[in-house]
Amino acid sequence: MSGKPDQPKHHLMHVHLIIKEYFLHLSVSPERISFSIRGCPYENSLDMIHSLFVINSSGDVFMEKHWKAVIPRSVCDYFFEAQNKASSMDDVPPVIETPHHYLISIYRCNIFFVAVCKSEVPPLFVIEFLHRVVDTFRDYFNDCSETIIKENYVVVYELLDEMLDNGFPLATESNILKELIKPPNILRTVVNSVTGKSNVSETLPTGQLSNVPWRRSGVKYTNNEAYFDVIEEVDAIIDTSGGMVSAEIHGYIDCVVKLTGMPDLTMSFMNPRMFDDTSFHPCVRFKRWEAEKILSFIPPDGSFRLMSYLIGSQNAVAIPVYARHNLYFSPAGHGKLDLTLGPKQTMGRQLENVKVEIPMPKVVLNCTLTSSQGKYAFDPVSKVLNWDVGKIDPQKLPNIRGTINIQNGATAPESNPTLNVSFTITQMAVSGLKVSRLDLYGEKYKPFKGVKYITKAGRFQIRM
Amino acid sequence: MTDSKYFTTTKKGEIFELKSELNSDKKEKKREAVKKVIASMTVGKDVSALFPDVANCMQTDNLELKKLVYLYLMNYAKSQPDMAIMAVNTFVKDCEDPNPLIRALAVRTMGCIRVDKITEYLCEPLRKCLKDDDPYVRKTAAVSVAKLHDINAALVEEQGFLDSLKDLLSDSNPMVVANAVAALSEINEASATGRPLIEMNAPTINKLLTALNECTEWGQVFILDSLSNYTPKDEREAQSICERITPRLAHANAAVVLSAVKVLMKYMEMMGQDAEFVVSLSKKLAPPLVTLLSSEPEVQYVALRNINLIIQKRPDILKHEMKVFFVKYNDPIYVKLEKLDIMIRLASQNNIAQVLSELKEYATEVDVDFVRKSVRAIGRCAIKVEQSAERCVSTLLDLIQTKVNYVVQEAIVVIKDIFRKYPNKYESIIATLCENLDTLDEPEARASMIWIIGEYAERIDNADELLESFLDSFQDENTQVQLQLLTAIVKLFLKRPTDTQELVQQVLSLATQDSDNPDLRDRGFIYWRLLSTDPAAAKEVVLAEKPLISEETDLIEPTLLDELICHIASLASVYHKPPTAFVEGTGGLKRALPSRSGEEDASVMATGGASASVIPEPGSLIGDLLSMDIGGGGSTAGAGGTGNVDILGGGLDILGGTAPSAPVSEPLRYDSEESNSTDKSNAIRNTVIRLQSTNSLLGDIFGLSGTSSTTFHIPPKQVWLPAPKGKGMEISGTFSRKNGQIHMVLTFSNKAMQPMNQFAVQLNKNSFGLIPAQALNVPNIPPNQSLDISLPLNTNGPVQKMEPLTNLQVAIKNNIDVFYFACVMPIHVFFTEDGNMEKKVFLATWKDIPSANEVQFTLENIECNADGVSTKMNQNNVFTVAKRHLEGQDMVYQSMKFTNDVWALAELKIQPGNPSVTLAIKSRALDVCHSIFAIYDTILHN
Repeated sequence: MSGKPDQPKHHLMHVHLIIKEYFLHLSVSPERISFSIRGCPYENSLDMIHSLFVINSSGDVFMEKHWKAVIPRSVCDYFFEAQNKASSMDDVPPVIETPHHYLISIYRCNIFFVAVCKSEVPPLFVIEFLHRVVDTFRDYFNDCSETIIKENYVVVYELLDEMLDNGFPLATESNILKELIKPPNILRTVVNSVTGKSNVSETLPTGQLSNVPWRRSGVKYTNNEAYFDVIEEVDAIIDTSGGMVSAEIHGYIDCVVKLTGMPDLTMSFMNPRMFDDTSFHPCVRFKRWEAEKILSFIPPDGSFRLMSYLIGSQNAVAIPVYARHNLYFSPAGHGKLDLTLGPKQTMGRQLENVKVEIPMPKVVLNCTLTSSQGKYAFDPVSKVLNWDVGKIDPQKLPNIRGTINIQNGATAPESNPTLNVSFTITQMAVSGLKVSRLDLYGEKYKPFKGVKYITKAGRFQIRM
Repeated sequence: MTDSKYFTTTKKGEIFELKSELNSDKKEKKREAVKKVIASMTVGKDVSALFPDVANCMQTDNLELKKLVYLYLMNYAKSQPDMAIMAVNTFVKDCEDPNPLIRALAVRTMGCIRVDKITEYLCEPLRKCLKDDDPYVRKTAAVSVAKLHDINAALVEEQGFLDSLKDLLSDSNPMVVANAVAALSEINEASATGRPLIEMNAPTINKLLTALNECTEWGQVFILDSLSNYTPKDEREAQSICERITPRLAHANAAVVLSAVKVLMKYMEMMGQDAEFVVSLSKKLAPPLVTLLSSEPEVQYVALRNINLIIQKRPDILKHEMKVFFVKYNDPIYVKLEKLDIMIRLASQNNIAQVLSELKEYATEVDVDFVRKSVRAIGRCAIKVEQSAERCVSTLLDLIQTKVNYVVQEAIVVIKDIFRKYPNKYESIIATLCENLDTLDEPEARASMIWIIGEYAERIDNADELLESFLDSFQDENTQVQLQLLTAIVKLFLKRPTDTQELVQQVLSLATQDSDNPDLRDRGFIYWRLLSTDPAAAKEVVLAEKPLISEETDLIEPTLLDELICHIASLASVYHKPPTAFVEGTGGLKRALPSRSGEEDASVMATGGASASVIPEPGSLIGDLLSMDIGGGGSTAGAGGTGNVDILGGGLDILGGTAPSAPVSEPLRYDSEESNSTDKSNAIRNTVIRLQSTNSLLGDIFGLSGTSSTTFHIPPKQVWLPAPKGKGMEISGTFSRKNGQIHMVLTFSNKAMQPMNQFAVQLNKNSFGLIPAQALNVPNIPPNQSLDISLPLNTNGPVQKMEPLTNLQVAIKNNIDVFYFACVMPIHVFFTEDGNMEKKVFLATWKDIPSANEVQFTLENIECNADGVSTKMNQNNVFTVAKRHLEGQDMVYQSMKFTNDVWALAELKIQPGNPSVTLAIKSRALDVCHSIFAIYDTILHN
């Protein structure tokens, strides 16, 4: 009795397998054929994200979550196939087509998050959601790694269930999630085990359905404070002769706001017209920005990103660092490197945390260098030369020089590598952006306000 | 204390241990046990055996425990349906709990339990929750309706949940509205009918737009997606919706941005292209697209695939943004390759210098795939931007000097294309190319080099030596190289006949005697005959001027592009294929861009014209057949494919994606080489070499025994070529179909004073790809004699859309002259014997094809009844799928399938006693409808 209803299904499976095998040879995807054979009424369900597999870089699936029926792990084989083809973990394509599913993945914190979808979905929707999952984990556990996920399986599982229902995102705002599921901490774990309470809230988050879903009501602080960090990252490609190939600034304003009640803030800039593109946290009133170029908003409680912006090539982007470099490989089998860094257009501010990364050609064996300051290290496996420069003193520019050894008999590389430079400059926004005013309405107290400016290297590359 | 403690096991067996813990009296222990179970489930262990024990923990006041148990039930209910039913009572009770969180949780979980028995119990609680006072419960319930629909669609309609869901569109809470939209659009896509559930009218749109401003980012994506399915009634409405959507471009969520771009791109089609509004909107689109490129690489990838479509549709939007597509060395390879493609599309005279210096930089990177593609990109730039060709060539020469093997080979392949685009301009570099002859080991590079040598044989002193050096290893070469070598040596011989006779003899004998490859052999024979019978003709054929290649061929075919624009932000936009080509079970909801009223016809014409223009003139065809394996082959085949799309366009989807997707032509590649060369050799075989074929004889024998085709309607012969025009030869003819093959039935009458012989026939490219299946087997016709002949035809020839569709241009040659005439084919000869559609498929397809594709006709003076019509049509491969008697009328549903897999469906309304019959024809390829009507008319009056 029990075996019988299954039989025709088995039969279909078998036919299906044969067809699949047959079509593998013809390199035609089998689903086109299989469509007419598969009659199961559940197969055509349309939902966004069906399942999630979390995979570490050695290819173990160490966690899975299914929002609908269970999809067997074997679906990940298609992902592993793509992973094997890719030359590095970063190169695994984010959208993979398999006969019956679509695998949409992100690679962060050395972990792959692979979402399985069954139907036509907006891939960015899935990708953005996955990034949000990782952000939430980091928010809850301060970091995101295999160990941390394994240590917090239950919370992770509860979170995932709260974030997605039937494939649709449910609650992804960190404020709301934290009200539903309390982040773990040692004190609470102890208290819970003593009192028998749990880390799951028994009541509905208050803010979720109000007009300001990002903020819970009844917030109280004894010290009211609001901090704003204007952070600008410079992305640039500099050619061999020091000319600028492309440059742009990606800026964002990260805030930590701890204000009582329902504060209504406005922020205005000295020079608001310099943005080429802006995107805002949902709390920002867009119409007011469009009309008056003033940011007006009721902030979420705690940390959040208020806005991010792009200042593109047409506004001349200042390049705060330059490099004088000389890298030469002789046909005889050795090379010479001489590299000096110096500040430029920094308006008197100091370049700090300067680091240089040079991915050397594969034929390089090792480097014998002397640096005027900071330490250098060459990794003979990845062939990356790292030089931790530190601060740059304009009076005494940092320099590194010496010889580079190449494998015996190997031909000298045709082209020189690209320098990756990172740095930070505090108390300066390289674009010249300045906050002119910050006002609080709706509440009577006087908060403490602070604005900080930081410039960083984004993807800052100098071709040698 | 971390959750990893839940994994510690004991010797006694984990399941046993857990079982006893789950049944413990201590609350705390119970909860810990459930956590352990969940942890095991998370890593994929099977803990379904604990189902009854876990389900027992369900009745608890502890919310966390309840949640955990619910999580477990969702996972295993399907495998334990009988056990799951025990949990139902608790669910129903929880749906009445005073705490909205528990009510929502219960209704949500019940929807996730995909067990039929449970769904019956779900209805009442769900109905209550849809009207709950708490919006949190309502929004959860909305999604549950979609879940239930997925399990049991009929139940949802029966219970009126769809109406409740539609009511929620007017809910006061934006989250509820967004979830209702999401649920409705999911149900809509899953429903077989494809009939929109939400009627999109002004008030609904207004509600959606209001909710758009207030709901969550994910809800915004749903709303924007459903807006993109709406076609505004006029330009003003489109404009006002656009204005309200534009702020979404500033959203931090990339998915929202791209969905907004989709709606805007679609609606912009409705507005005058120079309108101020369109211009300003185009300006607003650029910055957000650029911003997407600063996000995570995965986001960049999807954005780039979409930008690739957007700039093909509206090149202006990003024309000043070239720099953001410059490649960073640590971009993932999938981002690099996409950026490269876009750089070429944006390349123009203004920015070419910058682009070239970047490409040169990339060509020295480490990643081989990327380097190869960069070198190809330089070649594509040369072809695209004429002013830059010289600079590109010198860049390529620089790269050849690097002697990096794969760079050199790739460079030679693209230089061949440059030679084809700009003949007689850069031959001075041939010497440099020849220096690298020995290092070439890839077939494509070898073939390209050989082509270059053959093409410019007269300017290369030692061309004979160079070609001869390849000949030694002839047998080991790839077919592509062999074919090319054969052609090149023949070219050389025609250019320098004195000292290369031996060489040509050698290659001809290698190709014809020592090769097993039919393509190679056929080509060898053809050259041999040509050279031995008429060297002058050989020269004309082999050295004919070749059509220039253009960069346009790597663009996506316009109708496909328009469809893809409607799918921006979706998987289709990543694959550059319409969803019907890859999404399982999508019944083919084909989307089309709206057009401005009145412009529709013009745009259809324009696309038709554009795709046809790539096809080389028929005159050059022969030259092309014989000398071009590289590029030329690809481009003609690609062009044929493009032509195909226009007619087949809709037909491809009918079977839900069983047909191959439209080919995207790429002249710089060999992708279609294999099939193409076979086609060509077929053509050659059929037109020039007179093989004594027994085909027609066999056909006749079978024809006698066949019964189905006996009453096939054959139109009376018509005079196609009157004697005065044919210099004394009169040709009359008609078409028939026997045993699944189309025949052209011809009568030749010699009305001249001299005998006629040496007949040959050729058909111009036509809508259905008709080509002769064999040579025209006409013996000598003495004066005043006539001869009947039946010429079998195949439908695998080159396709070009004709006007009217059934038009066919024929060339017939005899010893006197070549004659051209046109005839009209009766369309039913293209109806295949397997055109009987299954009833269900018919029904689904009929619903699927938009009503815009339905054409109505009236057939007058029909004397036969429904059965008579059915019989008559069935004899002509129009099959009756179903018959129905409805309100005194007979409804007959018929299907027919064309040789090119296009389907047409027909519905006949016959009123007994009334000689007028209404005929409605539906097909994705609208063009066929009129011809079908005409043939109905003829057959039924016969």
